[in-house]
Amino acid sequence: MAQYLALTYTADVDWWAPEYATELAEYRQFGVEYADRIVASAVLHQTSTATVVRVVGARGGEVITADGPYAETKEALTGYYLIEAEDLDAAIAIAAEIPAAWGGAVEVRPVIVAK
Amino acid sequence: MTADAHERLADTVRIEGARILATLVRTVGNLQVAEDAVQEAVIVALRDWPHRGVPDDPRAWLAVAARHKAIDILRRESARAGKEREAVDLVELYSPDLPPDSVVRDDQLRLIFTCCHPALAAETRVALALRTLCGLALPQLAAVLLTSEAAMAKRLTRARQKIATARIPYRVPSGAELPARLAAVCGVIHALYTAGHAPLSGPVAYDVDVCAEAVRLGRLLHELMPDEAMPAAVLALLLLTEARRSARLDAAGELVPLLSQDRSRWDRGLVAEGLALLDASLRRTGGIADPYQLQAAIAAEHARAPSYAATDWAEIVRLYELLMSVAPSPAAALSRAVAVAEASGALAGLAALEEIPASARWHAVRGELLAREGRFVEAVAEVSASLSGEVTGPERRYRERLLARWACQSSGSMGPAGGSWRPAPGR
Repeated sequence: MAQYLALTYTADVDWWAPEYATELAEYRQFGVEYADRIVASAVLHQTSTATVVRVVGARGGEVITADGPYAETKEALTGYYLIEAEDLDAAIAIAAEIPAAWGGAVEVRPVIVAK
Repeated sequence: MTADAHERLADTVRIEGARILATLVRTVGNLQVAEDAVQEAVIVALRDWPHRGVPDDPRAWLAVAARHKAIDILRRESARAGKEREAVDLVELYSPDLPPDSVVRDDQLRLIFTCCHPALAAETRVALALRTLCGLALPQLAAVLLTSEAAMAKRLTRARQKIATARIPYRVPSGAELPARLAAVCGVIHALYTAGHAPLSGPVAYDVDVCAEAVRLGRLLHELMPDEAMPAAVLALLLLTEARRSARLDAAGELVPLLSQDRSRWDRGLVAEGLALLDASLRRTGGIADPYQLQAAIAAEHARAPSYAATDWAEIVRLYELLMSVAPSPAAALSRAVAVAEASGALAGLAALEEIPASARWHAVRGELLAREGRFVEAVAEVSASLSGEVTGPERRYRERLLARWACQSSGSMGPAGGSWRPAPGR
């Protein structure tokens, strides 16, 4: 079994706003249906709440913070699922069930497993 | 050994090597290791066989040699990294027996589906197919795909790493997945043929017949999946196109448009085989024809026509319209416009062009249609514009010959002499 991180890229919205209740329910349903494949997951607040942190030079250097997400894109990183699957085809099949796959896109990345 | 015999031997070793690779990938569970092992075995064969003689069973020799090389590579790796590779089928690796043909066939199909996995970029799939399924060497690969060896090597290494790291599976997709995955495989085979048949620009400078390789893969896929309609359609399209290949260039290597091609030079055997395959493919399809069936049907219309004038252009227009409804593309729209001009006259063709975005080929087609209307000044401007894009050597010289003639006609009498010019539909 391998682990994959499924990153969801969708419109940058406030998921708790009433108009997203139906969509949020779809995500919950996915979460229930694939509970035995999901190792961890999170929904993120809007990118307007994001802060980019950099340290100048090396560790201990000046901490520089900036407002906003690391990359400005039309579709924003809005959440993730850490999933378990036997191979990429199985991971793709699960990713295709995440509502973001039809409302935006899902990026599937293999996770390095510590030896 | 003569140069000719040496070339034949090299081809055999290359093709057998690719066949052995499929099984070795499954046995060692790693594409890179298997490829390195087969390559080492191939190098030994090409070094020793010309003077020591070809072994009685070259396939068995290569298979055993490649296994030994794989064992060496795995040992070196585990000694270096201090770890054993998982998923190595040691029993099969050390077995003295060769796998039965049925197993090899399954392995070949697995390798085809892995190399053509949609998680890989389209260009990467074509490169992997040439390297892994056809066994082309890196310099040949770079020449065919018009890139540098370094860039090619990098692309292939990344692809093999992705296959291993992201775990692109080594198996034939099952029921529900199959249609989309099969379409990806057929797309790669078609792209391979196109890469060999109509390189976008530059002289043809490679010593391998990529068209023949694409046909070989097309035959293999159809043989491995005889009940699937799409592989039969792709093979039909390739064969019907291949049948006309030798007539496309004259003795001097100059392009001969379809209008003037010597139809007695078309390979009737390939035409008959292509037509039968197309029929068989269509019989297996219930609903709408797929893009390969439609393109093959268009090629079949040309192949069946006794002459350019006797071609059923109305049917070809209809087929291009069907093609555009299932797979819209500017290339299909352009070819339809050419067929419209043949079916209903140059003015109708020019009207059809209005709706298509301009491209190098668009300018060339428009120029030829304008010339047919006797509008030579405009025709010269259009064909000149078409030459600023990427064009193959023979295509460029063909258009330059047209330009030279029209330039005379536009300065001389403006008679209806242009009526004899016909653009070449399709390729």
